[in-house]
Amino acid sequence: MYHYNDFDTAFLAERNAQFRAQVERRVDGSLTEDEFKPLRLMNGLYLQLHAYMLRVAIPYGTLNSAQMRKLAEIAERWDKGYGHFTTRQNIQYNWPKLRDVPDMLDALAKVGLHAIQTSGNTIRNVTADHFAGAAADEIEDPRPVAELLRQWSTDHPEFQFLPRKFKIAVSGSDVDRAVTKAHDIGLRMIRNAAGEPGFEVIVGGGLGRTPMIGKVITAFLPKADLLPYVEAIVSVYNLLGRRDNKYKARIKITVHENGIERIRELVEERFSAIKAQFAGFDQKLLGKLEAAFAPPAFKTGNVKGYEAARLTNPAFASWSDTNLSAHKADGYAIVSISLKAHGATPGDATADQMRVMADLAERYGHDELRISHEQNVILPHVHKSDLPAIYAALRDAGLATANIGLVSDIIACPGMDYCALATARSIPIAQEIAERFDELKLEHDIGALKIKISGCINACGHHHVGHIGILGLDRAGVENYQITLGGDGSENAAIGERAGPGFSADEIIPAIERLVLGYLELRDSSDETFLEAYRRLGAAPFKAVLYPQETKQDAA
Amino acid sequence: MPRAFTPKVVTANHLLEGDVIYQTTTGWTRDLAEAEVLDDEAHADLRLLEATQQRDVVVGAYLADVEPTDTGPKPTHFREAFRMRGPSNYSHGKQAEL
Repeated sequence: MYHYNDFDTAFLAERNAQFRAQVERRVDGSLTEDEFKPLRLMNGLYLQLHAYMLRVAIPYGTLNSAQMRKLAEIAERWDKGYGHFTTRQNIQYNWPKLRDVPDMLDALAKVGLHAIQTSGNTIRNVTADHFAGAAADEIEDPRPVAELLRQWSTDHPEFQFLPRKFKIAVSGSDVDRAVTKAHDIGLRMIRNAAGEPGFEVIVGGGLGRTPMIGKVITAFLPKADLLPYVEAIVSVYNLLGRRDNKYKARIKITVHENGIERIRELVEERFSAIKAQFAGFDQKLLGKLEAAFAPPAFKTGNVKGYEAARLTNPAFASWSDTNLSAHKADGYAIVSISLKAHGATPGDATADQMRVMADLAERYGHDELRISHEQNVILPHVHKSDLPAIYAALRDAGLATANIGLVSDIIACPGMDYCALATARSIPIAQEIAERFDELKLEHDIGALKIKISGCINACGHHHVGHIGILGLDRAGVENYQITLGGDGSENAAIGERAGPGFSADEIIPAIERLVLGYLELRDSSDETFLEAYRRLGAAPFKAVLYPQETKQDAA
Repeated sequence: MPRAFTPKVVTANHLLEGDVIYQTTTGWTRDLAEAEVLDDEAHADLRLLEATQQRDVVVGAYLADVEPTDTGPKPTHFREAFRMRGPSNYSHGKQAEL
């Protein structure tokens, strides 16, 4: 992992001291809210429905145990004993008091964490594949590049007042676990004909009110050109992006309005102009970062204990079927810890749970943790012989739900339970769907299915790329939920199609149940996933089970 | 014809605590039932202006629709009902504190 050097530490201390002074001036009345708001947003501090909210960056989703313990301590000392992990690999505290925030930021700085650029029209926290450095299918660990981008983008003077926010995601594998096609810039590692690793660069993806799948601006970018090329893209956008209309200000609209060919031309031109300025310094730094992210010393040993536990403990076997992924090292597995216990708030962890996960990472996991955009926590490097002990500890902490990738592993934004922008609630819908399918005991029969819920069109809950997406709206003063079908956030990214009229809060859970039970009837075998069945059959049979009344009337 | 003015209260978030507050005839309260109900549009605009000027106390003051009842004003929209109560996933916020 990367550890802060003296420069990082001094920079953060200075920045936190500045913000402390800004808070003091706000409290004594010398700064108005209009003056203070951009300053607090630059430091991740929002004002929501019931309280302030502090959004802390977890760069590329990577934490060590000391950092996770600090997040737990902050939750207990200044919040209500829990934190909410988000779809951007951040953590949000929902109840801080304004006067406490400078102390919270100082506490974060002690373990090399901050809330800088988690808001505002800047380059936001760079996200990455949550299996980075561990996945069996990986070409290279994407985190050195992500850290390079973090250092370059933090306080970058040219990019502090972009037309709108700007999100970059990096994947180190052909298999896209970072939703790169729905980001302002997506970097997907691939190999060229000579076998050298580089990036397919995707621009102009995004969800929100105008969902767009990103377009490939360059099919293969050598790693050495990465920083000047990304800088060229952001520079072109900075000049061309529309500042006249907030809803047309994201780069997806710039690409859409100008065409990818024109954008490519401008980016190439800018790239040629600035490339020489980088003069190899970025490559020297990248080399150091690659050394910092060198894989841990993997141990060897037999996995007989693991095999035996699978045979004797069906609950452990079920958990290891759903919550483990293939690791690049022999005898190792990637453990996904579900923060989606049936009926719990997706992405929430208590301070005690955070400490349990930190302890497990330190004792069994080479001191590494990851946060996924699907709002779960990952132990990326676990030797299989340690899995029974890990499972037992997770079970005692209420963290052993065996549902990764299943119907109850739902992404949900905070919605109108917290968010000032929301038009309806998301969390209770996620809770009720999970509880209902737990009652039906069908979850494992249903298999891989991603339900994603957003409480407004800004789509923080990624509903457009859910196999089943749910969008909460305010229809004439009542919460109303629209369903989209067939979305996909993977390397085969697709935007879901709206199924039809929305459902009330009372109707939405039965509607989802009809839809999923309908799929069980429609699939050609138990191996065909919901998404595969949808792609084979099209929307019509799914709409028919969703809206049985209308179908009957049409037939009559 | 312009739409008839409906009863309102002035509401905002508290600068230091961040929580929801409502304007009373003499100051601010955390209990909607104690809020000053504004029936007259010109008076409501004036009260909102007065609230906005208290910039070291409140943030983001605005007029919210209410329905006057015997036990004080009640919210008419679900967003205001959530602001008055707190989140639905935990017993936090006003539902736990008031």
